[in-house]
Amino acid sequence: MPRIVGIDLGTTNSLVAYVEGGIPRVIPDAEGRTLLPSIVAWTPNGVVVGEAARRQLARNAARTVYSVKRLMGRGYEDVKDELARLPFAVTPQAEVVSIRIGDREVTPPEVSAHVLRALKQRAEAHFGEPVEQAVITVPAYFNDAQRQATKDAGRIAGLEVLRIVNEPTAASLAYGLQKMAQGVIAVYDLGGGTFDISILRVKDGVFEVLATNGNTHLGGDDFDRAMVDWLLADIQVRHGIDLSGDPEAMQELRLGAEAAKCRLSFDDRTVLTIPFERFAYHRDITRADLEAMVEPLVAATLGPCRQALADAGLGAAQVDEVVLVGGSTRMPLVQRRVTELFGRPAHSRLNPDEVVALGAAVQAQILAGGITDMLLLDVTPLSLGIETLGGIVSVLIPRNTTIPTLAKEYFTTSVDGQTAVDLHVLQGERELAKDNRSLARFDLAGVDPMPAGMPKIEVTFLIDANGILQAQARELRTGKAASIEVKPTYGLTETQVEQMVEDSYTYAEDDVNARLLIETRTEADTVINHVERALRQAGGIVAPEERERIEAALAVLRTVREGTDRDQIRERTIELNQATAPLAERMMEAAIKDAVTSKRADWLLERS
Amino acid sequence: MTDYFTVFGLPRKLAVDVAALQRRFYELSREHHPDFHHGADAARQAEVLASSALVNRAYRALRDPLARVEYLIALEEGREVREGATEKPRAPRGLLEEMLEVQETLAEAKAEGLGGEAAGRLRDERARLEARHAAEADAIVARAPDWDRLVDEGGDRKALLQWLKERLATRAYLRTVIDDLTDALGEREESHASHRRH
Repeated sequence: MPRIVGIDLGTTNSLVAYVEGGIPRVIPDAEGRTLLPSIVAWTPNGVVVGEAARRQLARNAARTVYSVKRLMGRGYEDVKDELARLPFAVTPQAEVVSIRIGDREVTPPEVSAHVLRALKQRAEAHFGEPVEQAVITVPAYFNDAQRQATKDAGRIAGLEVLRIVNEPTAASLAYGLQKMAQGVIAVYDLGGGTFDISILRVKDGVFEVLATNGNTHLGGDDFDRAMVDWLLADIQVRHGIDLSGDPEAMQELRLGAEAAKCRLSFDDRTVLTIPFERFAYHRDITRADLEAMVEPLVAATLGPCRQALADAGLGAAQVDEVVLVGGSTRMPLVQRRVTELFGRPAHSRLNPDEVVALGAAVQAQILAGGITDMLLLDVTPLSLGIETLGGIVSVLIPRNTTIPTLAKEYFTTSVDGQTAVDLHVLQGERELAKDNRSLARFDLAGVDPMPAGMPKIEVTFLIDANGILQAQARELRTGKAASIEVKPTYGLTETQVEQMVEDSYTYAEDDVNARLLIETRTEADTVINHVERALRQAGGIVAPEERERIEAALAVLRTVREGTDRDQIRERTIELNQATAPLAERMMEAAIKDAVTSKRADWLLERS
Repeated sequence: MTDYFTVFGLPRKLAVDVAALQRRFYELSREHHPDFHHGADAARQAEVLASSALVNRAYRALRDPLARVEYLIALEEGREVREGATEKPRAPRGLLEEMLEVQETLAEAKAEGLGGEAAGRLRDERARLEARHAAEADAIVARAPDWDRLVDEGGDRKALLQWLKERLATRAYLRTVIDDLTDALGEREESHASHRRH
């Protein structure tokens, strides 16, 4: 049986899983970690991915790319509002957004390919043999271009993507394998950057999606942003400082906000402390504060839920089970709203961070022929149509149609001797072409010259099981196949993808050891950097002997870092960290005391 | 192309056991779905892709009593059918006068600036039309047994076919008028939604 892995390529974290002995398991890295942060950093040492890249976020903000999933398959116009919030530079071009890293440009599929390659290597290290085939999950509400971009990313990473699976559906497969539930299931999936709701009927091993809806730009990232805005305003008021123009401080604030948000899922209140260069920020935040900030965002998920129920022809009372997927569903406010909407408690018995990857592994096993009693029948999330006279869309395939599906449409010519016909294919629910997502322009060429209206060109639009469009054309009078040249509106051309696949062979750190060395060096650099900064700021709180000890450890690490002995670099990094730990602790305490005292002073001033 | 009734091994009749149809749909899906043919050669894969698409389309058309009638008429007339077409249907003759009145109400309401009272009148009008729209569906489905009887007895189906066609056209036209009213009221969120809500 071929070895096919399941990959959850997430906005915040990515995972790889595999079915072994009938049980899907997430494959951990050498340190036992299952989540790989979907972050890629370009450092002087090379490209790093995951935890190592995460630590580059604040100090190497312009060259560290995160949440790239939000940019997949998108044009500049789609994302320009949020670009101001991203610390990396995005080149304004209409078709594919592209990120400037120093003197080179990378596209979102190339960034994702780095994440996929790291997961591929993780799996290869686990099995001790090459892994070349994968199932990759995407949000159910992803359009054609976003799906294609994900597939391209897989190819660039050296993976044959056998299937693109919708995340909520994958989650239902993981649950299905656990206990063959029967009935109507609602999967509410709120991740780092995207939201999906899917309504399924599960019966006799068939997982039939009845309807799906969502928002590919709504998730935990937006919660963090709401919180960052709130904190920025608070800092402005209390410290008179505007941090919004400082990318490094903004990243620290974002990371602090994210961590505080997660803590508030379990605690009623938390304290956020960030020692910025210029001042120490210290703030009590209650769960009620957070809920007030994100309430409108959570409310925005409920409309799609109602629409999905309506499209499935069901009422909330007919849903037998509500499953929560995605890290953001840990938030009590989300759980309350979902419970209210469906009138029954929602559960997440399987780890909401892992369940999608586990489901992807189940689907991989189905494709490999290892599971034969389960079948997934998914739907296309958006209506597919073509532009007709007057800029009106004629729908060929309505949303929530079970895939694979096809539609045939007939075209003719309007001028004598015309040999080519132009088609504009769109996706979306609006009546006017301009309000929908432009997928591609098709050029039907090679029509034999005939009087106007004589040719009858049959175009078959086929949406495959990945939710991706394929088109074929033939002229019925001559039976000749017409050629279709597809010009994707958003996305890479075939030639571009091929070039990137080639480039990836040239530049990629395909060797695991090379990659690990880069990571270890980058890690060492981060610590060196922190320590240097601490020594500069420490002033009187560091004793001369302590400073000497730290500087000695620093010098040793600087030397071994130039070599290629990974273990040496790692050990010296740990030693430097240990030598500096007491100092770091004293500095943090001083910062907090400082913040609290100045707060008390404010308070006294206000009272007097 | 194989017609949808044949796909499910059914006679070209309107009475369909929906539970049995679903069971058969799952069986056919297990046979034809591309997931189970991943190791096959390219030609075979293209074949199952087309056949599973056909099964899916057939199920969608046959599971809903009204969509079934629409499909049957198209099939009897030898037309290519597709769902969700946006060509605006023309008003059936019997409906013309009434629709002119609705248009007049709409024009008046617009002239008044669609204020509270005018908007209220439009909403009342729309509610009345929604009720008629639903009643048309019931009337069409109610004649299904007549069709099946004619098939069994070998009677002339032309008149009934024509009747069904007119009722469907009336219903489609009512829908566009309802949508126009909703548009005028500024209450329409998703314009294609109506094409799917039978």
